[in-house]
Amino acid sequence: MASYKPVVVQSFPKLGEKITQDTLYWKNYKTPVQIKEFGAVNKIDFSPIPPHNYAVTASSRIHIYGRYSQEPIKTFSRFKDAAYCATYRDDGKLLVAGSEEGIVRLFDISGRAALRQFDGHTKAVHVVDFLSDKYRIFSGADDYTSKLWDIPSATEIVSYSEHTDYVRCGYTSKLNTDLFVTGSYDHTVKVFDARREKSVMTVEHGQPVESVLLFPSGGLLVSAGGRYVKVWDILKGGQLLVSLKNHHKTVTCLCLSSSGQRLLSGSLDRHVKIYSTASYKVVHSFDFAASILSLALAPEDETIVVGMTNGVLNVRHRKHEESKERFPKKKRPAYRTFVKGRNYMPKQEDFFVSKPVRRHLKKYDKLLKSFQVSKALDAVLEVPNRGRTPEITVAVMQELNRRGTLKNALAGRDEKQLNVLLAFLIRYVVEPRFAPMLIKVAEMIIDIYLPVVGQSAIIDKQFLKLQEIIEKEIDYQAELLEVLGMMDALFATMTRKKATSLENKSNGILRALEQATSN
Amino acid sequence: MVAQPLLRVVRCGGSRLSGARAAFSADAKYLFCASGDYVKVYSTATEECVHILQGHTNLVTGIQLNPQNHMQLYSCSLDGTIKLWDFTDGILIKTFVVGYKLFAFYTLAGSEDSVFIIIPKKNKEASGSAGQDIRWNWMFTGSAGHDLLHWNQSSTDSFQLVSVKLPKIADQEVEAKELSLILDDIGQSPKCTAFGREGEYMASVFDLHLLVYFFKKKKVNRFSLSATSTKGANNNFTCVACHPKEDCIASGHEDGKIRLWRNFNHKREYTFSTLHWHHDVVMDLTFSVEGTSLLSGGVESVLVQWRDGSDCKKEFLPRLGSTIEHISASPDGTFYCTCHTENKITIIHSNLRVSAVIQGLVKGSDVKTGLVVDPRTKALVLNGKPGHLQFYCLQTDKQLYNLDIVQQEYIHQVGLNQIDLVKAAFSAQGSWLATVEQREGKETELELQMKLWNYDEQTQSFTLNTRINMPHESHVTALCFRDTDELKDETLMLVTASKDGRFKVWVLVDDSDAEKPSMGWSCDFVGSYHKYPASNCCFSEDGSLLAVSFEKTVTVWDSDTWDLKCTFCHPPGKIQNLCFGRLSCSKYLLGTTSSGFLCCWNLLSCAMEWSAQLNITVLQPDPLSENIVAVSWLSEGSDLFVFKPNEPRPLCIQRNVCRGRVQWAVFIPREVPESVGSEKHQWLSRSQLYFLTETQDLMTFSTKSTEERLTPSSKQLAVEESLTMTPFYLLLGKHRHQQQSKENADLGTAVVQNHLAQHSPAVKELLHTPAHVLPSASFLCSIFINSMLISKENKSAEEVAGEVEMDSEKAEDESDEDVEFTEMEPDTNPTEILGETTPKLSKSQEKELRKIRRMDYSWITAL
Repeated sequence: MASYKPVVVQSFPKLGEKITQDTLYWKNYKTPVQIKEFGAVNKIDFSPIPPHNYAVTASSRIHIYGRYSQEPIKTFSRFKDAAYCATYRDDGKLLVAGSEEGIVRLFDISGRAALRQFDGHTKAVHVVDFLSDKYRIFSGADDYTSKLWDIPSATEIVSYSEHTDYVRCGYTSKLNTDLFVTGSYDHTVKVFDARREKSVMTVEHGQPVESVLLFPSGGLLVSAGGRYVKVWDILKGGQLLVSLKNHHKTVTCLCLSSSGQRLLSGSLDRHVKIYSTASYKVVHSFDFAASILSLALAPEDETIVVGMTNGVLNVRHRKHEESKERFPKKKRPAYRTFVKGRNYMPKQEDFFVSKPVRRHLKKYDKLLKSFQVSKALDAVLEVPNRGRTPEITVAVMQELNRRGTLKNALAGRDEKQLNVLLAFLIRYVVEPRFAPMLIKVAEMIIDIYLPVVGQSAIIDKQFLKLQEIIEKEIDYQAELLEVLGMMDALFATMTRKKATSLENKSNGILRALEQATSN
Repeated sequence: MVAQPLLRVVRCGGSRLSGARAAFSADAKYLFCASGDYVKVYSTATEECVHILQGHTNLVTGIQLNPQNHMQLYSCSLDGTIKLWDFTDGILIKTFVVGYKLFAFYTLAGSEDSVFIIIPKKNKEASGSAGQDIRWNWMFTGSAGHDLLHWNQSSTDSFQLVSVKLPKIADQEVEAKELSLILDDIGQSPKCTAFGREGEYMASVFDLHLLVYFFKKKKVNRFSLSATSTKGANNNFTCVACHPKEDCIASGHEDGKIRLWRNFNHKREYTFSTLHWHHDVVMDLTFSVEGTSLLSGGVESVLVQWRDGSDCKKEFLPRLGSTIEHISASPDGTFYCTCHTENKITIIHSNLRVSAVIQGLVKGSDVKTGLVVDPRTKALVLNGKPGHLQFYCLQTDKQLYNLDIVQQEYIHQVGLNQIDLVKAAFSAQGSWLATVEQREGKETELELQMKLWNYDEQTQSFTLNTRINMPHESHVTALCFRDTDELKDETLMLVTASKDGRFKVWVLVDDSDAEKPSMGWSCDFVGSYHKYPASNCCFSEDGSLLAVSFEKTVTVWDSDTWDLKCTFCHPPGKIQNLCFGRLSCSKYLLGTTSSGFLCCWNLLSCAMEWSAQLNITVLQPDPLSENIVAVSWLSEGSDLFVFKPNEPRPLCIQRNVCRGRVQWAVFIPREVPESVGSEKHQWLSRSQLYFLTETQDLMTFSTKSTEERLTPSSKQLAVEESLTMTPFYLLLGKHRHQQQSKENADLGTAVVQNHLAQHSPAVKELLHTPAHVLPSASFLCSIFINSMLISKENKSAEEVAGEVEMDSEKAEDESDEDVEFTEMEPDTNPTEILGETTPKLSKSQEKELRKIRRMDYSWITAL
C-alpha cells in the first residue's frame, strides 16, 4: 500500500550567475559602512601590523581609522593644499605622503608634525612609497620626474626624468630593496633599479597609466590605464601576458587579495572586478554608488575599503561565524531526551514491535489528503505563505485543478477571503512561471463571482486593478513581439550558412563503408 | 532430430488474476485465484505461486473450497465443467461435465452432493450436444413481476440459478446432468447472488430488485426499489452478501450506497438501513466470518470495514492501488483479500494491514509507451499502474518493480483527467531514462512534462534528474537517445520530435556550482522542416546520422553539425515508422507509409533501393543482427515478415500471428543464444520477439513443442531445494563435487552410478509423490527395488566405492582416538594405503572431517 504522495512543488532553476566558491567568498561581507570624507579619496593604505588601521587620503587631510571605528583615530592636516598617497612603512610606524605643493612629508604615526620634509619636486607629487629597505623613499611627480630620497639625511639620492608626462603611480618591489616601478601618463611603465642611473625596462601600456602593481613573486607586473588592465611578464623582458578589458571606463586602482590568488580592479564605471590570477577571468564583481578612485584590502581580506569621487568611503567587514552565535540560543532538550530508550540492547527473547515512521506532512497536504479543498487553498493563501512562497500556492492550485476541484475551492468565499485571493493574483499573474495557472484561476474567479460584482467596493477595486495589470501585460507582449520580429529580420539577413565540405566531414557511416569497399 | 519444429505463437505475461473472487484454504495458508484457464495456488506467507492447476479449456469463473473436504477445491469454467482438485499436490481428482457455460458456482455446507451454478437461460447457449437429456425439475418460476424482468431481455441474455447433483462415481470424468432450476432471470455476475445463514435462504439482485428465496418454504420474496429518486440516486443493485450468523442481507448499489436488509421474511414489514460512504459504484461486499464487520470496496480503491452495521463505526484502508473488484475473507478470519483491476491481489490482515501483494503484469487499457527493453535488467518496460512504469521480467514472468513517474497522488474518480505516461526511452547502457507525460482534456490546454532519470547505483533505482515543463508546444511523437558508448567521452544526446513541427536535441550539461555538483539536460538544437509536424525520429547505429520524418518527407541530419544532409520522399502517404539498418546494413534507412508501402532507401546513393506494398503497422529492428521484423495488418489478421534490408526477399513469413492488429513489438536479447533447429527460424536464436496485440495480450514465438515448455514450471516443488545447509550437506556436496571433477575413472563412475540411482525416475516418483495418490506398495516395490540395483558391469566399481567408504570411516575412527598424531599419520604409513590402489583421504579432507567432528551437532536433536 502506497502512502500519500505530497504535492510536488516545482522548483525553478535560478537564472543569472551561478554560485561559485568565489561568489560565496566575496559575498560574505557585512552591509557596508559609509564614511563621508571632505573630498575625493585618492588613496587608502592599510597598516601592515595589527590592528591594521588604515590611512585615508582625501582633500588636504590624512585620516587614520581603526578597524571598527567610524570616526578617525588620528588626523594629519598640516597640508596647505591636497595631500596625496599616504603610505605606511613596513613596520607601520612611519607614514609618507605627497602633496599638491610638491613637498613629500614623512610622519610618525604617534606624532602630529612632520618628521622630515623632502623638497625638490616642482609640481604635485601624486605617488610616494618606501623602498623595502625602509630607509629610502621614492616619489613621482607631475614635473615628469621620479626621485629617490634618503630618510635619515632628508636628501635626494637620485632623480630620474625619463617619463615624458605626469608620473601618477608607482610600486616598490617587496623582494628587491632597489627595485621600483613607475607608471606615467606618457603610456609607459618603467622599471627602475636604484643602483642604476637609467630605467632597466620599459613597457608600453597604450593608455595613460593610472595604477601599477607587482606580484609578490616579483615576476609579474600589472598595469591599469584607460579601460585596460594588462599583465606583463618581467622575467621574459616585459612580454604582455594578458590584456583584460572588463570595465567600460578608466580603471583607476588595482589591488591584490592577501592570498595573491585574486586581482581586484576599481574603475570610474563604479565597479570593482575580481579576477582569478590563474585564468584571468572575472570571478566576481561589486557595484558601488560612485566612480571609484581607490581600493584597499586588509590582510586576510578582512575588510574591503573603497574610496570614491564623491568623497564617500565604503567599508565592508567580513562576516564571521561567531557573529551568528550572538543571538540568544533557544533552549533545546537535553541530549539524553533523544537517546532515551535508543541505547537499549535487545535481549534474545525480546519481542520486537517496530514503530512505523511517521511522516510529517505540510498543513495543505494534510487537508488535501482529507479532500478539504477550500481549506487547503486557504492554508496556502495565509499571510506567511503568500508573500514568500508563491510557488507553493500555485502548486496547490495546480493540484486542485488536476483533481477537478479547483472551482469548488474558489467558490463560496466572503469578501475578505476573495480579497486575499485577488491580491495574490494581482501580484503574480504576470509572472511567467505562474501565468498559465493563474490566468485559469482568474478566469474561474470571474465566472464564479460575476453575479455579485458591484456589491463590494473593495472587490470591485481589486478587479479593476487586475484588469489594468493584464491590459498592461498585453501591451508589453505586443511590443516584445514587434521587437522579436525586427530581430528575426536582422538575423535572417546576417546569417549565411557556412558551406561545409563533404570531403572533410564525411560521417561515420560513410567512412566505415569506404573502408569496407576498399577491403 | 525430430521433425521440423513449428513456430508457435505463445501467450506470455499471464492472464488476469482478478477474474473471479479469490478463495482461501481453511487454514489460510493458501490463496486460490482464477487466472485465465488456470487456477493458481499462492502461498499467503511468501506470495509465491505454489501450483498452477491446469485443465480447464476456457476461462475459470468460480472457485470454492469443498465444504466436505478442506483439502479439495472446486472450480468451474466457461467450458462447462466443474473440476475437483487436490490443491496441496496440484492434482485433478474429478471432472463433472455439465455442458453449459458456467458463470458462477456456489457450494453449501448443508447440501452434500449438490452445488449451485449460474447458467444461461437459452438452450442454444448449451455447449455441445449434451444439453438434450436434461431433466428439468421446475421448482419455481418467477411468476410475479416476470414481465418486469423481461424488459431488457433483448439486449442482455438472462441467466438462471440451478442446482446440480454431483454423482458419486469413482470415475475421473463424470457427467452431471441432474439440474434443477431454483431461480430464473437473475444476474450473471457471481457477486449478484449470495447464500444466507446455513443455507436457509439465498439472495439475488438484478437491476432494481432483490429476490430472497427460502429453501424450506420454497417461497420467494421480491423487494424493489424505485429507479430514481429526487437526489439523483441510482438504486441499481451491484452486489449482495449475506450475514453468516444472522438474517441480514447487505446489498451494494451503483450510487455507492450499501443497504442492510432485515426482517425480509415478511413481504411488507421488512426494514433496511443505509450506509453511505462510497461515492461511486460498490463493487463488492463481504461479511467477515463471524459477521461482525462488513467489507466493501469500489472505484475509490479504499477498503471500508463497517463494524456492527453502523454508519459511524467504519475503518479504512486507503490507497490500495486501483479499483477493488472482489473481496473475500479467509475461513479462519485472519485474512481478507482484495482483487484489483490492475491485475493485483492484496492479502490484508484482519487488522487492516497489508500483508502481501501478488502482482501480475499490469494491463492497462492502452500501452502508450510501447514495449521498451531496459538494457540493464533486460526487463520489459511498459505502462503499468496509472503514472507508473512497470519493469517486468519475462524470464520469470514476474513484475520486478514499479517506477513512479508522475509522483502525484492518484485520485480514483471516474471521468477525471489523469496524467498519462506516453513515452519512455532508455539510453544505450541503461543509465538514463527519459519519460514524457501528458494531460489533455477537452477544455484544458495540453500539459506536457519530460523527465530525465538517472540510474543510481547505490539505491539501484532511477532518480529524477531533470524535469522539463512543456518541452514542446504540442504532443511529443517520438523520443530517442543516441546510442553511443557512454564510456567514451561523447556527450549524451536525446532527440524529441513533436507535432508542433520541431524536433529538439537535448544534451547533458554540467551545471554544477560551488554548493553541489550537478548535471542537467538542456536544449541544444531545434530543427524543423517546412513547419510540418514531425512524426518519427531515430539515430543511425553509430549515432552520426539522425533521421526525422516530417509528414511525407524523411530528413537526414548530421548529428555533429546539425546540417540537413538529404531528404527522402515517397509521395502519397505519411511516414509512419522509421528505422535504420544495423551492422552490415547500416547504409539503409527503412520507412513505412500510411499508403501501405515499405520503402528502403540507400544512404550512399540517396536513392530508393526497393519498396514493397504491405500495410505495415509495426517495424522493429533486432539490435543484435541485421534482421528487421515488420508486421502487416489486413482486415482478418496480422502477418509477420522477417527480412534483411539489403535484400527485399523476406527470410521468414509467419501468417496470421494473431487476429487483431499488432500494436507494438520488441526484440529482447536472450541471455544465452538458443539453438534453433530450422534455418528459417534462425532469426530467433539471439533475441526473442515479443509483441502486444490489440487486446493487450503479450505474445511471443516459441520453437519448442508444448510438452517441452510445460515441464519446467509445473510439478517441480522438489524436496532438494528445501534442504537445510547442514554440515553433512556441505561436506557431502563438496566431496561429490571434487570427486566428479577428478579424472580418476573407477571412483568417478561409481559416484556417478550412485548419483544415477538416486535420480532414477522410479525412486523419485516414490519419494516425491504424496502417499495417498500412489498405487499400492506391493505394485511399486519391485520397480523400486529394481531401480536401486546396480547393473552388472558396474558392480566392481560399486564395491570399490564401498571400500572407500569403509576406509574413510576407519580413518575417522583413528583420528577419534589420537587427535594429536593424525597429521603425521598419512606420512608414516603411506604404503599400506597405496598398496590397495584405493584413494586415501587427502590431508585436507581429513582436516575437513575433523572440523566437522568438532562442530556443534545440536541441530540433530532438533530433528
